[in-house]
Amino acid sequence: MSSLEGVLAVWWREVVVYTREKERAISSVVTPLIWLFAFGAGLGASISVAGLNYQSFIFPGILAMNVLFTSMFYGMYVVWDKKLDVLKEILIAPQPRWVAFSGKVLGGLTICAIQATILMAVGALFMGIEITPLSYLSALAGALLFGMGSASLGLFIGAKLNSPDSFSLVMSFVMWPLFLTSGALYPIEHLPAYLQVLVHVNPMAYGVDLVRGALLNAWTYGPLLDAGVLLAFGALFFWLGKSAFEKMNLG
Amino acid sequence: MKSISYDTAPGRETHMSIQIRNLTKSFGKLTAVDRLSLDIEKGEIFGLLGPNGAGKTTLLSMLAVLMTPTSGTATVDGNDIVKAPLAVRKCIGMVFQGGSLDNLLTARENLQLHAKLYGVPMEVREQRIAEALELVELTSRANDRAGNFSGGMKRRLEIARALLHRPAVLFLDEPTVGLDPQTREHIWSYIKKLARAEEMTIILTTHYMEEADLLCDRIALIDRGKIVALDTPDGLKRRMGGDRVKLGCAKACSAAMLARIKKFPFVKSVSQEDGQLVLVVNNAPKHLQKLLKIVGDVEEVHVLPASLNEVFLQYTGREIRDESAEADMQAMVSGPGRHR
Repeated sequence: MSSLEGVLAVWWREVVVYTREKERAISSVVTPLIWLFAFGAGLGASISVAGLNYQSFIFPGILAMNVLFTSMFYGMYVVWDKKLDVLKEILIAPQPRWVAFSGKVLGGLTICAIQATILMAVGALFMGIEITPLSYLSALAGALLFGMGSASLGLFIGAKLNSPDSFSLVMSFVMWPLFLTSGALYPIEHLPAYLQVLVHVNPMAYGVDLVRGALLNAWTYGPLLDAGVLLAFGALFFWLGKSAFEKMNLG
Repeated sequence: MKSISYDTAPGRETHMSIQIRNLTKSFGKLTAVDRLSLDIEKGEIFGLLGPNGAGKTTLLSMLAVLMTPTSGTATVDGNDIVKAPLAVRKCIGMVFQGGSLDNLLTARENLQLHAKLYGVPMEVREQRIAEALELVELTSRANDRAGNFSGGMKRRLEIARALLHRPAVLFLDEPTVGLDPQTREHIWSYIKKLARAEEMTIILTTHYMEEADLLCDRIALIDRGKIVALDTPDGLKRRMGGDRVKLGCAKACSAAMLARIKKFPFVKSVSQEDGQLVLVVNNAPKHLQKLLKIVGDVEEVHVLPASLNEVFLQYTGREIRDESAEADMQAMVSGPGRHR
């Protein structure tokens, strides 16, 4: 009972802090819009993909990208909390460590949901993407299914890191590779074999596929395989992240 | 919880709040806390006094189960810190050295978060928050964000927060470090008020002599992870034996002169350091004239009244803010254990 209340308390804290950190909230919505309107519309002027205009084609991919970057940075943010004693105050409470971890994951997912909703509203209003209540909900579910894994991954990395200096390394070696080999920006059918292998082992590819399928009804793997892979990815990193939180030593 | 603690701690030990037995914490080669044993009674204000890097915060971190000991153990309100960490967490409150408030949350929201995490029952939550804010005189600022508070207000809010779940033991890690003298006195008065109002054991670390002297019932002098002296503030000063008098003599003292000085009943000890005569003297102001008559011409005279600083110097051979202690702390920060 009190554990559940603890999870909700941490979740509430994360969401309130997010709504008050204007810079973070604004930049995390502006970045995908630049991708959509500068990159998507720019390249879309010369090409179209799979019978769709390019901007529409990458829309689900950019949505997934936003989930990836938002949730991972959100997770890695615990490094800052560690620098001060903010995290200690939460971890010293008479609650098992999974409580703080779960509250953080829930907080990250809520932030991703808010941003995905804003993006889909922009897509429907300004990009002519047809969004029904059903497609909205299934795209949101797909985004959050992927977000569970990526938020956990971010928290896992954040728990292991001792200083924010390594953020750029994580961006170079984890975030950009995941994004660029996810099929977010191009269809994967015609890729060279080595790149196809990279895409198939990338959990984000299944997230992109699920969101794209939900919004544009264009599938590569199909909803079942997507959901299965994402669940496995989420469960694995949820467990790893939780264990990392349990081992975290705070002086 | 109480009944368990009585079962495991029979007899007179039930009025012990904290029992530490051979507690040790090493970070690689550095031993921050070294086979330390200590009993602290219920309701005591207990001071851990020592220079930075002496091991005070490490000791506190282990008692607050933020860190696991390398060896040895301790009980807090009857709960073993190794075997029952959750039970320990329930009965302690902690005010950290660094900032631990959520700057984007209001004072009230910070307290609400804490109350929820500590399972303070819903029915009493708002009332306790109101009382805590009242105690530290922040009621009128309850809905302002903590980020807008001054250092002293933040510390007061942190103290209020640590009290919400009515801990049996309150840890204050350097409660007034970095605060201006006026604010410091303010915080001291809150701590005293608390100790009187609640039947709480308060353990504070400090490297301010004045703070330890003023607040604490008993003080443990800690140096390099060990307790070098343990007594009441007055007891510690009495052990010092008296005031220190330093005389810068114009000429070197002869052996005969030293022998005559030693014969005075009020002189506890005499030694020579760098051409200076260093004496420990009872009631120095009264007897100074007699000493000067024997020594003759002096270039300078220093009289240092008995203080905890002197006690510390006597027990450890160094000042409380010694450079080498700072270096120890640097080693700890960069050491493999990642101590803060």
